[in-house]
Amino acid sequence: MSNKEWPLWEVFIRSKQGLNHKHVGSLRAADSKMAVENARDVYTRRSEGISIWVVESNNVFASDPSEADSLFEPADSKAYRHPLFYDVPDGISHM
Amino acid sequence: MKDLNIQELERRFQEKIDNDIKIEPRDWMPEEYRQTLIRQISQHAHSEIVGMLPEGNWITRAPNLRRKAVLLAKVQDEAGHGLYLYSAVETLGADREQTIDDLHTGKAKYSSIFNYPTTSWADMGAIGWLVDGAAIMNQVPLCRCSYGPYARAMVRVCKEESFHQRQGFEIISLLAQGTPEQKEMAQDALNRFWWPALMMFGPNDAESPNTLQSMKWKIKRLTNDELRQQFVDVTVPQAHMIGLTIPDKDLKFNEETGHYDFGVIDWAEFWEVVKGNGPCNKERVDARRKAKEDGQWVRDAAMAYAEKRKIQKAS
Amino acid sequence: METKEALFEYVLRIGDDSLILGHRVSEWCGHGPILEEDIALTNIALDLIGQATNLLDYAGQLEGKGRDGDALAFLRYDREYKNLLLVEQTNGDFGKTILRQFLFDAYRTLLLTRLSKSTDEQLSAIAVKSLKETKYHLKHSSEWVIRLGDGTEDSHSRIQSSLDALWKYTDEIFFANEVDALLEKEGIIPSMEGIKNEWTFFVSDIFAEAGLVIPTNNWKQEGGRTGRHTEHLGYLLAELQYMQRAYPDMKW
Repeated sequence: MSNKEWPLWEVFIRSKQGLNHKHVGSLRAADSKMAVENARDVYTRRSEGISIWVVESNNVFASDPSEADSLFEPADSKAYRHPLFYDVPDGISHM
Repeated sequence: MKDLNIQELERRFQEKIDNDIKIEPRDWMPEEYRQTLIRQISQHAHSEIVGMLPEGNWITRAPNLRRKAVLLAKVQDEAGHGLYLYSAVETLGADREQTIDDLHTGKAKYSSIFNYPTTSWADMGAIGWLVDGAAIMNQVPLCRCSYGPYARAMVRVCKEESFHQRQGFEIISLLAQGTPEQKEMAQDALNRFWWPALMMFGPNDAESPNTLQSMKWKIKRLTNDELRQQFVDVTVPQAHMIGLTIPDKDLKFNEETGHYDFGVIDWAEFWEVVKGNGPCNKERVDARRKAKEDGQWVRDAAMAYAEKRKIQKAS
Repeated sequence: METKEALFEYVLRIGDDSLILGHRVSEWCGHGPILEEDIALTNIALDLIGQATNLLDYAGQLEGKGRDGDALAFLRYDREYKNLLLVEQTNGDFGKTILRQFLFDAYRTLLLTRLSKSTDEQLSAIAVKSLKETKYHLKHSSEWVIRLGDGTEDSHSRIQSSLDALWKYTDEIFFANEVDALLEKEGIIPSMEGIKNEWTFFVSDIFAEAGLVIPTNNWKQEGGRTGRHTEHLGYLLAELQYMQRAYPDMKW
């Protein structure tokens, strides 16, 4: 008896052609093949998807929420990255 | 950032909650908040899984092919919902199999309603109508719960469960309008499940010391008694409509409050069932434990196979 | 025998296979070895019950005596069920369930592939729909046969003994009598010979990968296709038919 539990996998589903895969939850599976099949049975019982990605949870690396200020707030002050920052004279279209 | 003292962290945490900003897994949270969530979500997950058993009991005896398929799909949904919830528990750093073991050793609780037996087909109707009805009442406010993964799981669960109550009501109303035997079966099921369904909302507010803190954290949005009253108010007219009698001689519509007044719940029974002395507590937990034990060799084999293949691939 | 009569008999056989196996697999619901697999098994049961409904409804139409799928599923006597002995065998442990499923799925996939091109339009339509489901069942069951066969020593010996126990029911899969001869002539059903060869090839391949040995010295059992069953079917029917027998002529 190995007594080792099946690893945890994160599941991402593309709900229809043209959309991104979106995180929907997690599940347990012994290998990647099984993880895809389990994801199909658990997360697409009502035709929620047309494509599945699975990633073993311990392969996901995340940003540290306590650093959120320094990671993300500097972008808030750079309004010039957005088109509405610029004035376009009346009468000009296709821009 | 790292130097913030605990009071400041708690203040910021509560500020987020007050502003309806969701808490996400890696955010700082008070240890009690985490523990409360682990306890509540895993109990909720256990209830889904143990809840498969009383209905699963009738899958092989469903009266026609349509009912059989519907019941199978419903019980399967419960497994799915348990899984979504365990998934949410794991985001809090708890281990799913560990929480399941706590269920098997009697350390963790689950909804007491599933400790009552399902002795007739009409019980499939009563469970869908009353038990799922009560569960939905509990779960809808949880979709706005402060903890992101729990709230998201509940949105999914609520969406999927909308058919559960309807199929139950369809079963029981058909029986209530059927032959005398069927009508009797339906009434008997209502008689047995009515009071346990009311108990599903938990003790009276006065006896529920954790409610206040849970409301402050927005884990809970309505009190036990508020939810129970809502349930009675919507369910009683449904029973009347299909010609069944609620087994409560004190039940009366109160013109003044606009609500139904109802009789006193037998709290002694409630606590006995919670403690493990209900009609099926032992059978339910034994069945779950057996499933896990019997499956050990299967899980081990899959793991051993996966490891062998990994080594093969590497070499 | 008329074509319609033969087709009724044939559709009943494959409909009963779905019904009885669906019943068996549904017994797992709530008792699977892990939640994810519980859900997977229930999906299979649901597909099979759905196939049974389509097939038995069609059988009822062919018969033309006013019986629908429910009447056929719930109100026949044991000798009137025409399913394979294989599918009525008890679940046993998960390995036995998977092996039974695998032996059946491999046959059923080959059969449905061919029935998709049947000259009988309705049978072909049912086959097209069922095939998509059954291909997935086969993928699931064959992967598990390999995992269990090549997993631990314990899992290997368990699934090997299930194979030893179930192998004697596999010959019957290829049963054919005058019903089949007539339908085959009209292009409604395929020849069993071709299916048998491919089936043998396919399952041998998977068993080889799983490290399992096909029993050689085994007296084969048959009877299901002519309504002569094992002891297990009676108990299964007692549950399946309970409501309809105890409360006759009611709507549910």
